[in-house]
Amino acid sequence: MSATPDFEGWSCPLPLRDHPNIVLGHGGGGKLTAELVESLFVPAFRNDVLQRLGDSSVLPALAGRLAYTTDSFVVQPLFFPGGSIGELAVNGTVNDLAMSGATPLYLSAAFILEEGLPVATLGAIVARMAAAAERAGVTIVTGDTKVVDRGHGDGVFINTSGIGLVPEGLDIGPALACPGDVVIVSGTIGDHGMAIMSVREGLEFESLIQSDCAPLSGLVADMLGVSTEIHVLRDATRGGLAAVLNEIAAASGVGISLRERSIPVTPAVASACDLLGMDPMHVANEGKLVAIVARTQAEPILARMREHPLGAQAAIIGEVVDRHPGMVVASTGIGGTRVVAMQIGEQLPRIC
Amino acid sequence: MCLGIPGQVKEVYEENGVLMGRADFGGIMKEICLAYVPEIQVGEYTIVHVGFGISILDEQSAQESLALFRQMGALEENLGLEQQQ
Amino acid sequence: MKYLAEFRDEALARRLLDDIARTTTKDWALMEVCGGQTHSIIRNGIDQLLPPSIELIHGPGCPVCVTPLETIDKALAIAAMPGVIFCSFGDMLRVPGSGKDLLTVKSEGGEVRIVYSPLDAVRIARENPGRGVVFFGISFETTAPANAMAVVQARKEGLGNFSMLVSHVLVPPAIEAILSSPTNRVQAFLAAGHVCAVMGYRQYLPIVDQHHVPIVVTGFEPLDVLEGIRRAVWQLEEGRAEVENAYARAVTLEGNAPAQRILEQVFEVTDRNWRGIGSIPQSGWQLNDAYREFDAAARYGVSSIATQESSICRSGEVLQGMIKPNQCAAFGKECTPRKPLGATMVSSEGACAAYYQYGRFMELEKSSA
Repeated sequence: MSATPDFEGWSCPLPLRDHPNIVLGHGGGGKLTAELVESLFVPAFRNDVLQRLGDSSVLPALAGRLAYTTDSFVVQPLFFPGGSIGELAVNGTVNDLAMSGATPLYLSAAFILEEGLPVATLGAIVARMAAAAERAGVTIVTGDTKVVDRGHGDGVFINTSGIGLVPEGLDIGPALACPGDVVIVSGTIGDHGMAIMSVREGLEFESLIQSDCAPLSGLVADMLGVSTEIHVLRDATRGGLAAVLNEIAAASGVGISLRERSIPVTPAVASACDLLGMDPMHVANEGKLVAIVARTQAEPILARMREHPLGAQAAIIGEVVDRHPGMVVASTGIGGTRVVAMQIGEQLPRIC
Repeated sequence: MCLGIPGQVKEVYEENGVLMGRADFGGIMKEICLAYVPEIQVGEYTIVHVGFGISILDEQSAQESLALFRQMGALEENLGLEQQQ
Repeated sequence: MKYLAEFRDEALARRLLDDIARTTTKDWALMEVCGGQTHSIIRNGIDQLLPPSIELIHGPGCPVCVTPLETIDKALAIAAMPGVIFCSFGDMLRVPGSGKDLLTVKSEGGEVRIVYSPLDAVRIARENPGRGVVFFGISFETTAPANAMAVVQARKEGLGNFSMLVSHVLVPPAIEAILSSPTNRVQAFLAAGHVCAVMGYRQYLPIVDQHHVPIVVTGFEPLDVLEGIRRAVWQLEEGRAEVENAYARAVTLEGNAPAQRILEQVFEVTDRNWRGIGSIPQSGWQLNDAYREFDAAARYGVSSIATQESSICRSGEVLQGMIKPNQCAAFGKECTPRKPLGATMVSSEGACAAYYQYGRFMELEKSSA
């Protein structure tokens, strides 16, 4: 069953002209655009910088190295169990910043809207973004809106970019894994992808699976508070755990050895994957990270993660080795060995 | 051609003249076609392939197989223990 | 999940493996016919857990692998037609035809939809009366009853816009063809458990009598596959050749009667082309006269599409166990999972794709040892 969008919590402070749906004029830069900005975006994102409505937003001086990232969001359906494109757009960029060890600060939000999109839908998405930004401790300080002809847009596309501050001396990156390091995952895998699958046309099923979409910056800050010997942080989004580990193995020129039985998966996600013939390791997550840390720091970091609500089910799932460089190999549930390769393209359900 | 997993039938009904049902797959509920297992009862398990029950799972047979596997090697283990003593 | 998790138990797997190891005194070559079994073997790492004297040959058991190139090209042609909604299982979307696959056709504007059940395609036809809805009916015997029901239902509801592109193949003729080949190395078969759930296993009795090879009806979870192998090895070691049912919780001798009745009603046996193997007589099903109007190839005028296989692709020999993937000159060079020449490289349970990943790993292990 599909999630019904919950429009509660969004109210329009100024009445828009009589346009229940987005029209091409909303992207034209004239009065309709101004109205949309002033009565929908600004009140939702509510901050001094944005309210100035300049062509660009001037930020206070920042001391230190900046992390900078961008991401675009094109999910269908727009609303799904556990979230919407709005939370994804904020948390996705917040998490990319957090993976460099940065404290996320400022986001931009650019919208491409399809003509005919109900304004109420846009309002609901924007309200979710505002809530997500507040939860993540970031402000949305600049943005843009364009409108495309009906049939060219899938409803809404959102791009966010973000700036964060990286603490001095911190160096985290995918090429820094060393043999002997330990691989930790912050929680159960496959929740987001299977939540989307559960409402995907032609494949729907009833379940309690919810997207895990969440901002990971607080968890990362806690982890760095225990130790800075965290060599790699990656959020396991598209392509899932398997993609991320393969990328790290390739970038660092190391092998990664996993124990499948240690990888946390909820029973519902495991069942849904069994039903559709999919492998949780290739399913997207939106609120989970992989950390590759120095062996001596693994237990203390893990303990601290488990004290954080987003790390309650964190687990050590393997280690970095100097064998089979560039490859990820797992010991299977019955003690065999299999190579965990990157999926070519999106993982599809199978019957065979 | 092969992916078939056991679902426990929770509901049986007719739709568009075809026997249908809802089955529980470890917490996931899905509508399936029961036309090929018309004698299935609520509570029984069926092997489901592309949304069709193709066989009623024989639970006793399943338990027997598992019991057989658990027995395997027990004799050798006992012999091994005796030899050690 | 109940009746799944218990058959993945590590300790019980160890017991089965130990029994197999104790029993095996000679080299044996076994073939599993079903792609789902191949998938399970690779996914669980079963082949390296077996004693080295047991060789598992991955047989032509996946409809992805055996669907002829021209059938894929027919599918591509139909899917590209305006007004058509082309429905398919996910497995077929990346199988290359002569140059493209269904995903490419989708990106070029064709309406291609993944469905879980053939009845979903019927529903789409019901909801889109003005569009031609075509279902890609690839299968072995397991899926055929579901595909047949779709056609029966379409007739019942008068859904004139529904049709099916049929590519059904049968397991026993394939086993016969392999056994009759002068270069055959297979000494025992693991029969496809879910095919047998539908058809029963009576059809294998004459094959065993004639060729004196053990055939063990086998399931898919790790313990099921190991038990199938174990029983086959016992038979080989003892010089027996019988049909055994190692998947009794799902399979009976006679199979599923209501399903077989619908198959009789809708299909008739025909010769079929198997990709990489060639024509095997009486090895497939097509819609019979009563249901021929639902045949998409005729309706959309693509019956006469004929194509050429890649001349360097040797997936047929791989499918029959005649060569190992790395004995093909194109393996890892012109042919990789990213740019596959044949279906054994596309399909995740294709022998070539599996070998590509695991074979590379073994080479790296050896070189670092």
